[in-house]
Amino acid sequence: MTAVQSPRIAHRPLGVFTRPQGSEGWRSWLFTVDHKRIGIMYGAAALFFFIVGGVEALFIRLQLATPNGSVIGAGTYNGVFTIHGVTMVFLVVMPMAAAFANYLLPLQVGARDVAFPRLNAFSFWCFLAGGVLLTSSMFIGGWFQNVPDGGWFNYAPNSGVLFSPSKGIDFYAVGLQITGIASLVSAINLIATVLNMRTKGMSLFRMPVLTWMLLITQFLLLFAIPVITVALFLLMFDRLWDSNFFNVAAGADPLLWQHLFWIFGHPEVYILILPAFGIVSEIIPTFSRKPIFGYHFMVASGIAIGFMGWGVWAHHMFTSGMGPLSVAAFSVSTMFIAVPTGVKILNWLATMYRGRLRFTTPMLYAVGVVSMFTIGGLSGVTHAIAPSDTQQTDTYYIVAHFHYVIFGGALLGLFGGFYFWWPKAFGYKLNEAWGKASFWVMLIGFNFTFGPMHILGLQGMSRRIPTYRADEGFAFWNMVASIGAFVIAIGVAMFLWNVYASTRKWRRAGRPDVGPDPWDARGLEWMTASPTPEHNFDSDIEVQKLDEFWHRKYGRDETGRVVRAAPTSQIAHDGSNTSVHLPSPSYWPIVLSAGILLVGYGLIFNLWLAAAGVALLVGAIYGWSLEPPDDPDAAGHHGDHAGELPAADEAEGRAGSPLELEEAQSVD
Amino acid sequence: MTDTAAAEVAALSEDHRTSTGISNEKLAMWLFLGSECLLFGGLISTYMFNKGRIGPDDIGPDDVFDIPFTSVSSFVLLMSSLTMVFAVSSIAKGDLRRNRIWLAATAALGATFVAGQVYEFTAFYSEGLGFTTNLFGSSFYALTGFHGAHVTIGIIMLMSLFVMSVRGNLSRERAETVEIIGLYWHFVDVVWIVIFTIVYLFPQ
Ligand code: HEM
Ligand SMILES: [Cu+2]
Repeated sequence: MTAVQSPRIAHRPLGVFTRPQGSEGWRSWLFTVDHKRIGIMYGAAALFFFIVGGVEALFIRLQLATPNGSVIGAGTYNGVFTIHGVTMVFLVVMPMAAAFANYLLPLQVGARDVAFPRLNAFSFWCFLAGGVLLTSSMFIGGWFQNVPDGGWFNYAPNSGVLFSPSKGIDFYAVGLQITGIASLVSAINLIATVLNMRTKGMSLFRMPVLTWMLLITQFLLLFAIPVITVALFLLMFDRLWDSNFFNVAAGADPLLWQHLFWIFGHPEVYILILPAFGIVSEIIPTFSRKPIFGYHFMVASGIAIGFMGWGVWAHHMFTSGMGPLSVAAFSVSTMFIAVPTGVKILNWLATMYRGRLRFTTPMLYAVGVVSMFTIGGLSGVTHAIAPSDTQQTDTYYIVAHFHYVIFGGALLGLFGGFYFWWPKAFGYKLNEAWGKASFWVMLIGFNFTFGPMHILGLQGMSRRIPTYRADEGFAFWNMVASIGAFVIAIGVAMFLWNVYASTRKWRRAGRPDVGPDPWDARGLEWMTASPTPEHNFDSDIEVQKLDEFWHRKYGRDETGRVVRAAPTSQIAHDGSNTSVHLPSPSYWPIVLSAGILLVGYGLIFNLWLAAAGVALLVGAIYGWSLEPPDDPDAAGHHGDHAGELPAADEAEGRAGSPLELEEAQSVD
Repeated sequence: MTDTAAAEVAALSEDHRTSTGISNEKLAMWLFLGSECLLFGGLISTYMFNKGRIGPDDIGPDDVFDIPFTSVSSFVLLMSSLTMVFAVSSIAKGDLRRNRIWLAATAALGATFVAGQVYEFTAFYSEGLGFTTNLFGSSFYALTGFHGAHVTIGIIMLMSLFVMSVRGNLSRERAETVEIIGLYWHFVDVVWIVIFTIVYLFPQ
């Protein structure tokens, strides 16, 4: 291997610290830089926050179940719905999508890991720091005393100290800033991975639709996060240091916040949905036994959404008094954006049309997404029509819309993804009977919860109110919605039980092997053993077609019928090549994130604490830069440089291969 | 910089290990700078949105700005881009000694700019314009302060490079690291030109 490394390490290595070792035990998870473990941790954390956010939702529904509800008071109610929304958007759907992005992007493009493995670990821990900070707001200084209470959109001037004197909004501003850093770093890392780490022959238009959708999502994050960063800084300056950005008494225009928030906020809703669109685009072809219909249209419509998503933000502000011209322009642009979305739905239907459908659990979820998202998309078009939105805005009709798209679209898609890729990540399938049952319970509960909200909204029930009177006529459908919410909770509990029971059963059965490709699927991630070996693939894959793996498995006979060309066992890698060079674990990503967490609490409570955080943070950055590239004494195949490079690559003059990562050389 | 030097820099920075030919590190810097455009875009828009929202007797741009002074400090920052170019080309040629000189010069020019900004802030403050005084004050200090923080981080990176070089850790093979930090430096300069034009030259 010296042949490859020598040009890069001709200078003296910088190392002064040693790197952690070993890949067993809980410590190895804290210091891991393996994209698969990081993906799994993202998924686990997101599920944890999903339970937290779900319990909050149940309290909302308990309070609203009957007129004059008195389960939680009006002040607490503001806190509960705010932290529910913030949790679900920033700590559940986004990290769950990040779980799939981390786990699957390198596999789907045939790479050994992401471009910057240590930065990847940092993204996760930094996200977790933000999540911990936000969640702790519920109990620091007493239950719900310092919880954010201005809604997830947190409109000014309500968010100022004058109207919200607790520390809640400080938690919001600082916490979202921290998760923002995590998303931004991860976006840069994953874009570099997809653009730079593709295996031989993996041209852009041979990448799976999921890879494309995740790539577009990362670009949206790259450009949307800095906008909310600005908004959050202004808010923080106003609250902590008395600046005037949203101080109406000093002449400020609170619409500035609305613009900044929604310039971020509308791309954000596509950040939430595009990963699920990608997942559905992997599941439906697999279980229809057909290639995706209109691959190029699928990709192009995703790109179109990525661009058009920047030109519609003010549809959230139709009633803000911004003027008829703006209202008309944003109304039209919003109607246009439904077109590429519709293209996707039609393409999924066309993929299923005359396919050999297998209704496995992942497929049920995917079909659930297609149908539920369509309902949400249609209600979206009804609010695109500004005069009608004037009636709908700030009512439960909006709440119905965004739950159909975010729960019925994004979250169901992500759950489908759990069932689909579970065998790849853990080596066994989740139980299908429980999976299907939990799907139906969730779907039915979902429709009972959010379907009636269309009616309530059109009847005039405002959102964000803690209760309503008996004579307003809202009681019946509210009760239905509250019952539905508990049905969803049962569905989620069934999913969790399924995870527990399937794992136990698999362990008791002596951990049987599911094989590399349990669903007879199409992407490169199925071309290696399950669970994915630490080094992903045994050797570089050379890609010649879209759905390369499928085309290696199947060919056509003389009559044009699709026939098996070779057994999977011959095509897939078995994970036996333990000589692939792996990046070593690192202490610093988690230390750096701890520094950021301290800075966060320090900004809210005490600047001395922030100073301590800054010291830790600076120390971690230097530790990071001075860490040796690799640990030469590490056990296993860490640092084992023998024979990691297929000779063919060198012959062609390539100085390395995507299988091999010199991450320590990064300036990261 | 001669053509051959430019070609050499280009050859050095081309990376055969990646699909695009651009190294991961350089691509990451470009992406980061793309994101930074939106950060400064947001801050500049905030400034433009707010600068006129002050009372008739309030302290405003015309009362505080000292255009000749800021022009000089802007010129200093511009010159630092030139020295940065020399720093990149000297390390690409393997001339470590010159590289150190140019790195130090760039850092020094940047520090002069930051010192000018500190002076300017103190002067404005003594004339009665604080961060909390009015919307102009808040927006002005937020925008230029963010920019100043970026320059400061750039100076820290340049000085780290300098120290690495002194300790023998910055060889020609690491030329790309210098180039990448150079990208950041040029970006911060360009942003200042935009800020200077919008904030100082056309205050109305
Ligand atoms: C067919 C595409 C869509 C259209 C035409 C559309 C249109 C709209 C419009 C006009 C509003 C503002 C209504 C109001 O506040 O008066 C809105 C609200 C909202 N939409 Fe959509 N939407 C679409 C898809 C989505 C998707 C895919 C998501 C998320 C995954 C989403 C999430 C939201 C959320 C969260 C809100 C409420 C924001 C708030 O006020 O808290 N929408 N939508
Ligand atoms: Cu929107």
